[in-house]
Amino acid sequence: MSQPFYVAPEQVMKDRADYARKGIARGRALIGIRYTEGIAIVAENPSETLRKVSEIYDRIAFAGVGRYNEFDQLRVAGIRAADLKGYQYSRDDVDARSLANQFAQILGNIFTHEMKPLEVEILVAEVGSEPAGDQMFHILYDGTVMDQRNTAVLGGDAETIGTRLREGFEEGMDLAGVVRLGAQALGGPEREIPITELEVAVLSRGNGRRCFQRVDDAAVTALMA
Amino acid sequence: MPFFDPGDDPGSSFPELLRRIGLTPVVTGDRGSVDVPHATTCVALRFADGVVMAGDRRATSGNLISHRSMEKVVQADSHSGVAIAGAAGPAMEMIRLFQLQLEHYEKVEGSLLSLEGKANQLSMMVRGNLPAAMQGLVVVPLFAGYDLRRQQGRLWAYDVTGGRYEEREYIATGSGSLHASTVIKVGFRSDMSRDDAINLAARSLWEAADADSATGGPDALRGIYPIVATVTADGWQPIGDDELATRFEAIASEVRAR
Repeated sequence: MSQPFYVAPEQVMKDRADYARKGIARGRALIGIRYTEGIAIVAENPSETLRKVSEIYDRIAFAGVGRYNEFDQLRVAGIRAADLKGYQYSRDDVDARSLANQFAQILGNIFTHEMKPLEVEILVAEVGSEPAGDQMFHILYDGTVMDQRNTAVLGGDAETIGTRLREGFEEGMDLAGVVRLGAQALGGPEREIPITELEVAVLSRGNGRRCFQRVDDAAVTALMA
Repeated sequence: MPFFDPGDDPGSSFPELLRRIGLTPVVTGDRGSVDVPHATTCVALRFADGVVMAGDRRATSGNLISHRSMEKVVQADSHSGVAIAGAAGPAMEMIRLFQLQLEHYEKVEGSLLSLEGKANQLSMMVRGNLPAAMQGLVVVPLFAGYDLRRQQGRLWAYDVTGGRYEEREYIATGSGSLHASTVIKVGFRSDMSRDDAINLAARSLWEAADADSATGGPDALRGIYPIVATVTADGWQPIGDDELATRFEAIASEVRAR
């Protein structure tokens, strides 16, 4: 029987991270950004039916980039965890921080124990009853959690997009302002993303119990005008 | 966070998810019976633009009033409502689980369940309650809503075994249902206006409360009025207490004059 070659753990982890990063970098990016009424999520997504952004609970949204089947599985797990917690305790007890930690556990576990890491990055956003309570958690393929205040960028070319976004962001922007800024940051100076390829959703304080709402193409056109 | 293998996934069913993680309700032994508060009369009827649902607020334990402001008619989701008569505890739990299931499905699947699908789902929940019903914990709901695909209001009545019966005009459940449904039967016209339909539903509860001790009438002293709501293409719309106070006052003066 042949002896398997020894591979240093550092090398294994580095290879896995490179693999995941490559997969994620191939996909198109997505941003989360705060505005006066809550949090807007703007994604570049040519599909009209396979969504990157979706509702998890009353005040919580989920967004993912990378392999669709992998982040969709995480999305469903998130909805289940949130609905179970709300059923067992109270709707007020469901929060983004605890969900983000659970997502991080799963991603971290798969990263260290499975052959192949998940090629995804996800965003868990929660809108507070006051602007000070708005939260965004950006979770990486290896389970690293980052708490972000005003803007978050996930996916390929995140660094450049993030710089453009931070330069344009100011406190107290309205929805039209952040959607315009988001689309510009995603596209960059040379490229304008057609409205049909933008997926926009908001978590808005003014929406009643369920704060999540999709913004359809017609409404995005109106906002961008 | 619950994670399942693809072949073992509970899909978009919340009750099934509860079973998987071991949160099923305890089914008690097969003999004996318990006395619990009971919720009573609820009605629903169709009118030109959709449906009206109404229910009184009383819960009784034997000959005692155990609760005066129970809400037995509740919104199930944006375009449907559910009303419940029977053992109050299991009934409220069933409503809660039903509301959760509709929302859970909508979030997991990314689309709304059809109205027929919702009615069927409730039917399975009532059937699941059958062992408890054999011990006296009977729950009999009504389901009504606006069907966005067919563009019309629809109504369903249920029996203890989960039997599901779609009705064309009106339905009633609970101890005062005989009186309430007779009033509606006499006053029903197809394509009624919203106003007439609300008045007829209010009148039916008034007469049920008048003849059935377990059904509560409008309680002007405490400001507690039956719950009345309409479901139309615009969604669920509850009628405010002020408006109900005026409508019941009109019924009262009519009764006084006769």
